[in-house]
Amino acid sequence: MNELMGLKAKLGLDVFKPAKEAHIKIKPGMERDPRLKKAVLVCPAGLYSENENGEVTLTIDGCLECGTCRLACGTEVLEWNYPEGGAGVQFRFG
Amino acid sequence: MEKFDAIVIGAGLAGLAAAYTLAQEGAEVLVLERGDYPGAKNVTGGRIYINPVRDLFPDLWETAPLERFISHEGVTMMARERSITVDYYGNELCEEPHQSYSILRSKFDRWMAKQAETKGAMLLGRVMVDDLIVEDGKVDGVFAGGDELRANVVIACDGVLSLTAEKAGLRQPGTAHDFAVGIKEVIEIDPALINARFNLNDDEGTARLYVGEVTKGKFGGGFLYTNKDSISLGIVVGIEDLMEGTPAVEAPTLMDEFKRRPEVSALIKDGETVEYSAHVIPEGGFNSLTNLYGDGIVVAGDAAGLALNIGFTVRGMEYALASGYYAAKAALKAKEAGSYRADTLSVYKTMLEESFVLEDFKNFKETPTVLNNPRFFTHYPELAGNLMRDIYAVPAGTKSRLYPTIKRYMTMGEMWSMFKDARKAMKI
Repeated sequence: MNELMGLKAKLGLDVFKPAKEAHIKIKPGMERDPRLKKAVLVCPAGLYSENENGEVTLTIDGCLECGTCRLACGTEVLEWNYPEGGAGVQFRFG
Repeated sequence: MEKFDAIVIGAGLAGLAAAYTLAQEGAEVLVLERGDYPGAKNVTGGRIYINPVRDLFPDLWETAPLERFISHEGVTMMARERSITVDYYGNELCEEPHQSYSILRSKFDRWMAKQAETKGAMLLGRVMVDDLIVEDGKVDGVFAGGDELRANVVIACDGVLSLTAEKAGLRQPGTAHDFAVGIKEVIEIDPALINARFNLNDDEGTARLYVGEVTKGKFGGGFLYTNKDSISLGIVVGIEDLMEGTPAVEAPTLMDEFKRRPEVSALIKDGETVEYSAHVIPEGGFNSLTNLYGDGIVVAGDAAGLALNIGFTVRGMEYALASGYYAAKAALKAKEAGSYRADTLSVYKTMLEESFVLEDFKNFKETPTVLNNPRFFTHYPELAGNLMRDIYAVPAGTKSRLYPTIKRYMTMGEMWSMFKDARKAMKI
């Protein structure tokens, strides 16, 4: 199987344990902040997207907890935490 | 209430090395890991160099679950339409003890945690540390999952973002400039195919770095490591360059385009991707290290910024293991002295300075600046590729003489630029 897989399919290979709530949140009022738009480019899981109103939205499912968005956007724009113990991605190979 | 000698946050290499060393000396140590198991949140490229840490853990290496010893060191300069690969193979790389091995962290970290537990360390999984307990200005334990856990010293090994060190005021959140993001696929593939495609005998392994078109001129590169029955394939890109967006390209697209390159796709053909991961890597070197200690706390591994890219070798795991070891030694000294204040724990920094860890970081202080040269990532791969193209081309008519062919690329202006880049590179 060497055809390129879609990002969704790749993330589907990983083991994720459910969390009680989203561990990363866009701070209210920051949806159009230019700093947030960087997340669309940098997220390895493609979880950020910009809608037609110029607002960036985040889908937390599939988060690899790498921290790239925290470094790219900063903590003024994102409320950033790791998920609670036992939740989130669990790498089987790493 | 029981008070531990030390609480280690994070069961990665730094944390486990600290716990192993402390437990070995009879100290009471508790390791807190937020993942389902040690290694669940950890990712490497990756390859580990054993020599620098062999003597710190003499009993570990005989039975460690490593993948293949690296017998082939490769680098591929990738231009848009062509590439040049150098594949180095040497007797010394094949002789025991081997200097480096490919490694998968979930497997290794789980095993290493068992070794630490055998020595007497206590490990709690699925526990997220929420905050530090601070008393009289000294870190005295942690709040985790509603519990209050006390310790004389906290060893923060909670990874590249280290929210713990941030809370202790030992570091700032960090800027995109000092970090890169790695994206990796583990691709399962028949070991016989691996050996045939990479010219490997038995347990030999290949490590290969790719530079150039892989990152579209951005700081970074690609990597490939052969494991026993899989290939670790991925890219590393500077986060700041990825944000700048010239050209604007999404990180996952870079990875897909790398896989699509014929030089790469042929190597992974008939393989099956079994995991997709990403991880941030410290790239700032010596100047971006965090404060290493405070009252009742020391910081080790990625959490302290201890990863070092010097172009041909990219290392982090040995620094994690060694800094964990020295953090434990410092905690033991503090126990002996009966004080866990910063002035006592400062011995940690002294030990790192006297070891290969901070000596390496000082020696390679200029490397991040030197490597952050766009010419390395676009211009040189294209230049070398074009030169090769012309040298190998046999046209219908007369073939150009060799010297004029070379001279076409090696103009005075080009040689002057090369000289300037070489002078900067001499700082490495």
